[in-house]
Amino acid sequence: MVKEQRTELRLYIAGQTPKSITALKNINKYCREHLDGKYHIEVIDLLKNPQLAEGDQIFAIPTLVRKVPEPIRKIIGDLSNEEKVLVGLNIRKVTAGKMHYEKRH
Amino acid sequence: MKRKVFQVFPKIPTGIEGLDEVTGGGLPKGRPTLVCGSAGCGKTLFAIQFLAKGISDYNEPGVFMSFEETREDLAQNVKSLGIDLEKLVRDKKLRIDHVKIERSEIEETGEYDLEALFIRLNHAIDSIGAKRVVLDTIESIFGGVDNTATLRSEIRRLFLWLKEKGVTAVITGEQGEKTLTRQGLEEYVSDCVILLDFRVIDQIATRRLRIVKYRGSTHGTNEYPFLIDETGISVLPITSLKLEHRISGKIISTGLTEMDALFKKGGIYKGSSMLVTGSAGTAKTILASYFALSSCRRKEQTLFFSFEESPEQLVRNMQSVGIDFTPFIKSKLLHIYSSRPSLQGLEMHLLQLHKHIRRHSPQTVIIDPISSLVTAGTLSEVRDMLVRLIDLLKTNTINAFFNALTHDTGTEEKGLVINAVSSLADIWIDMENEKENNHRVRAFRIVKSRGMGHETESQRFTIDNGGIHLLKTRIKQQAATNLTQYQ
Repeated sequence: MVKEQRTELRLYIAGQTPKSITALKNINKYCREHLDGKYHIEVIDLLKNPQLAEGDQIFAIPTLVRKVPEPIRKIIGDLSNEEKVLVGLNIRKVTAGKMHYEKRH
Repeated sequence: MKRKVFQVFPKIPTGIEGLDEVTGGGLPKGRPTLVCGSAGCGKTLFAIQFLAKGISDYNEPGVFMSFEETREDLAQNVKSLGIDLEKLVRDKKLRIDHVKIERSEIEETGEYDLEALFIRLNHAIDSIGAKRVVLDTIESIFGGVDNTATLRSEIRRLFLWLKEKGVTAVITGEQGEKTLTRQGLEEYVSDCVILLDFRVIDQIATRRLRIVKYRGSTHGTNEYPFLIDETGISVLPITSLKLEHRISGKIISTGLTEMDALFKKGGIYKGSSMLVTGSAGTAKTILASYFALSSCRRKEQTLFFSFEESPEQLVRNMQSVGIDFTPFIKSKLLHIYSSRPSLQGLEMHLLQLHKHIRRHSPQTVIIDPISSLVTAGTLSEVRDMLVRLIDLLKTNTINAFFNALTHDTGTEEKGLVINAVSSLADIWIDMENEKENNHRVRAFRIVKSRGMGHETESQRFTIDNGGIHLLKTRIKQQAATNLTQYQ
């Protein structure tokens, strides 16, 4: 059995702005639905840690960075388009039906 | 209470040679300035120099936010100009932040802003207490993301933010087809816009700078030539063409005692300009060398621009007539510069002269011959340049000596040089070779000497390894022999 890799994500925000809150809500939801617990989301507030922006080459807020698995992918915006986020992060979509099937086994 | 003076926007000097004169003091303090131009016009160099000079000359730390080149590339590029970016970074005087936007790894969905860029910039500014900021070239960001509407409003916000932050910023932009910058940044930066231009005219590359707008300040609207060399950018200001030079009543020697005697006051006025014309082989360079020598003997800094001979050649050739430059070159009183007239455009020559004059602040400048420069430009250009050059020398009370080669067959060129220089020169000496009984007889004549009486007779002379010797005219000679006989 192939060991599925954990997905590590970072969400960069700058304070509790509506765009950032929406983004966080969205990514939490997508991960819950499609990554089956094998993920970790770290939220970095640049207002508190401005020095961290340079390292990941962040210029827009909010920015979601997929650190693992490589290569690094970035999605900027409030992540409102689920399709785009999943494609961008290369996450296989789990349909409701399939999920049901998996749960039974 | 009535205010006496209008509040002028404060300016900060860029430290870029010539630019601060053109702008009347520098860039608007605490405001953004847009520097635009096509690729390779020198925008990035302008920006780096603005920061480096700010650090070295005005103790103002700076932040360089680069959207194109990496820190290593930047450091490498300006190393040849003697700017050590890495050291400035180590000394905490400079921060370089390379903003890399890799389109292939970025997706966009939903709304966003550029707040992270603001935070990065703010962090960089605060960490070293920066007073100067460069954004080079922020428009690159448009190539990285799609939502141009957001970018535009964010860039507008960024410029306002910079103003609020109170930093003096230089923002570079690539020239668009019909606009000053591709994305029309000039609409957002309303305080100062500078355009750099690079073009090739008659196969000679010419760089020009123009101040398109400068709110609340007078500025020259002309195009100013500028040069990029081993010291970076320098701009050539067009000096005032008013006749308000300080004048001197002091008399100095031409270097040739016998010639001094032909002037009523035993020499020429200090700070005057002297023109020597003549065809090939009439000893113009020798006369120039005498002039240089006398200046060196007065312990004055002397600049000798030689457009026909290399420094070594000039030194060797002058040794053959008993003029030895070597001790003065060693004691750093005499500086000889040679270059081919066709090497660069006329303005570039003038700019080089400017630079050397600024560097050495000489009391005497010799150009041998000024007519060579004619080959590098058109009629009006030559005249313009000479006016500017003589003006520069005059305002600094520098003794000027120009040689001009003329051809016996009155060509247009002869007329050109003479027309251009003779009216500006205070003293004009014409050299000639007369033919007499299969011999060549050398002679010169003082054509004019402003503000001083002079001998009008043509003076014959010979040259041997001891230099120039004036031959006394027959009558005088006769008188002299008579005198000895009766003694």
